[in-house]
Amino acid sequence: MNNKVLQFSFKYGALVFIGLVLLFFSLYNEYFFTYGNLMDILRSISILTFVAIGVTISLTVDGFDLSVGSTVSLTTVTTATMMIWYEMPLVVVIVVPLVVGALIGLLNAFLIVKVRIPDLLATLAVMYIISGIHKTYTKGYSIYNNMQFQDGTKAPGVMNPDFLWIGQGKLLGVPFPVILMVIAVIGAHIFFKYTRFGRQTTMTGGNEEAARLSGVRVKRIRTWAYVASGVFAAIGGILYTARVGSGQIDAGAPMLMDAVAAVFVGYSVFGAGRPNVIGTFVGAVLTGILINGLTMLHVQYYTTDIIKGAVLVLALAVTFIHLSRRKA
Amino acid sequence: MNSANELAMTGIAKSFAGVPALHGVDFAVDGGQVHALLGANGAGKSTLMKILSGAYASDGGEIRINGEAVPMRSPADAKRAGIQCVYQEVDTSLVAQLSVAENIMLDRLASSEGRAWLRWGSLYREAEEALARIGSRISVRKRAGDLTLAEKQIVLLARLLVEKAKFVILDEPTAPLSLEEADRLFGMMDELKKEGIGIVFISHRLPEVLRVSDRITVMRDGRIVLSESADQVQQGGIVRAMLGRSFEEEYPKADVPIGGTLLEVKDLAAGRRVRGVDLTVRAGEVVAVVGLVGAGKTELSRLLFGADPAERGEVVLNGKRSSANAPADAIRDGIVLVPEERRKEGILVSASVLHNLSLPILRSISRFGFISGSGERGHAADLIGRLGIKTASSGQLTGFLSGGNQQKVAIGKWMRTDADVFLFDEPTKGVDVGAKRDIFRIIGELAGQGKGIVYLTCEFAEALGLADRILVMCDGRIVKQFARGEATQEDLLLYASAGREELA
Repeated sequence: MNNKVLQFSFKYGALVFIGLVLLFFSLYNEYFFTYGNLMDILRSISILTFVAIGVTISLTVDGFDLSVGSTVSLTTVTTATMMIWYEMPLVVVIVVPLVVGALIGLLNAFLIVKVRIPDLLATLAVMYIISGIHKTYTKGYSIYNNMQFQDGTKAPGVMNPDFLWIGQGKLLGVPFPVILMVIAVIGAHIFFKYTRFGRQTTMTGGNEEAARLSGVRVKRIRTWAYVASGVFAAIGGILYTARVGSGQIDAGAPMLMDAVAAVFVGYSVFGAGRPNVIGTFVGAVLTGILINGLTMLHVQYYTTDIIKGAVLVLALAVTFIHLSRRKA
Repeated sequence: MNSANELAMTGIAKSFAGVPALHGVDFAVDGGQVHALLGANGAGKSTLMKILSGAYASDGGEIRINGEAVPMRSPADAKRAGIQCVYQEVDTSLVAQLSVAENIMLDRLASSEGRAWLRWGSLYREAEEALARIGSRISVRKRAGDLTLAEKQIVLLARLLVEKAKFVILDEPTAPLSLEEADRLFGMMDELKKEGIGIVFISHRLPEVLRVSDRITVMRDGRIVLSESADQVQQGGIVRAMLGRSFEEEYPKADVPIGGTLLEVKDLAAGRRVRGVDLTVRAGEVVAVVGLVGAGKTELSRLLFGADPAERGEVVLNGKRSSANAPADAIRDGIVLVPEERRKEGILVSASVLHNLSLPILRSISRFGFISGSGERGHAADLIGRLGIKTASSGQLTGFLSGGNQQKVAIGKWMRTDADVFLFDEPTKGVDVGAKRDIFRIIGELAGQGKGIVYLTCEFAEALGLADRILVMCDGRIVKQFARGEATQEDLLLYASAGREELA
């Protein structure tokens, strides 16, 4: 009996919890459960979801990537400076930060796969380096239209309106970032479930040595996982710039922990017990709902962190109690 | 010197999950004596020693020291009674970051009864004295992690003296040592004897057993089958006692015409465990590589498969040089391995049977990178039927299968890879009789298809039953070759345990 409750809570706990939270907020505030607000919630988590998909991929091969937050920061200002400092065409504006993200991923992979520094330590060091580079690059200033430099001159460019549409526009009444997010979630899910490369990635995370002895080129797989993590963080950075219309300094700093939290909440969705894209998405949605709903309740933003943390503890407790029982 | 201590184990019985491992064993050691304990793998000697050192609780029988019954429920009980054990993996007993002196005095440093402050001067002095008593001059200020394997053993022996051990179990201490280092160890064992310490000596090398032991006891199938004073027995008698009657097992050995050379290995070497191995395998041939535990078989199989880097030597497959830097290369060239550590290396226990079976052949069942679901399921269903894998469904997690069925999965995943040479490392370890027969049948079928088989095992009976040719491996080298029907178990054991040096 007790066991059944646990089984159920492990599989559907996160979903039931989301349902209850939705019900609670809807009853509390009639504006909450409206199309407009729900789309707002989804749009607010779209950037986070991209970063969290990257974290999901690196965690799938059993590698923690702490550098995603500073990657978001760097790619945000890179995107903004491409337009405001250098007046580049749209293609360049989008491609350059993607390349930057991929290079950061390669650096992580080099340190972890080749030099064999443990993942947490290597990505911690890279996190500092990237964070430092992004502040050095901008001399500590945020990037905005025709910004004034220290020597009194003004930056030549402004934000490209087509670019801003990526973050602010709507398609058939749905915010464009939400569409991108849904495509990314479905794409990543299909990748892991139905492609050869995705299967090899999952198996490498399951047991690296056994996968290697089955002919999987595990170093290659792990390298690509870190590159993917960097690229997804870069997409998050691009969307961030398009959303706020400027290149904020340290934009990605809070992103790391939110993304990691979403992934770990995702462990408990459908009883997966391991990183999975759908779970990550559910985790991100839960984060968005909580922040939105609590803001409507006039809870201060710093207080919401307590609730976010408590939800994470709850999800982790359910997951790990279950996993240790299964082993026993 | 005080009067010699006497340790007596009487009527020791132990079962694991209803399967008896020890049937009322009597075993005794006197202080100042070296008592060798021998037996083939699974004879029960390590179970007996684990009971003596408190790692296992016995189901029956008692242990007396100097006539007094001593309860042995935990390793701490054993230590208090003066029984110490030096395991083969010396690294697990040493703290690499600490100095030699600290390691020798470790138990005293760790105990809660000692003083709160360390006196480095007397610590170093006492450690030096202990080393001097067994005739060693290792610097006590060196980091334990920087010592050689032989030196680490010496540190552990010195610790025994500090602990005032009365009885010591040395579990295959010479296996990783060179002959010279082993000689030095025997000198130290003499010193321990002079201190009045009784030694239980476990080793697979018969010549050294005869040389250093005062008494020799042989176990088989959980019973003592021979216990004599060392000058009363000879190598041949020991080997016969270890093997006993040759138990008949069925080996479905198919007659397969043997073709041309498939695999040719020249002077393959890496580290201490593989020291220059030559090997050829022909199409349809089953070549067994036999050797005792630690002879280097597993390491050899991993080198052939590209799982570990070779230091020198070459592997020629089908006339083409294979330069495998990774298992993926070896598989591409046509060599596959069923590893010994099945649950850690052979299969992914947390993945389904379906996914395990398809992992090496994903490319051939994928189009544009997308795995064909029906192709994958068909592949699995075919193998589950052909190999007789007992599983509820192909979606079952592999970790939930029995050992034999896990092994069939580990073998089955290679069936469709077009490999020419199959390496099997101890494939019947932990496998029940029925699954064993199935595995032998699969090997026979593979040979019938003209594949080359390398069968690495420490079960001599299996090698005799299955192989067209048997190579005996000892200390990283192939020391002897037998054609089918040429050898007996006695021959194999003799060559596997004596090594080339003693035979020359």
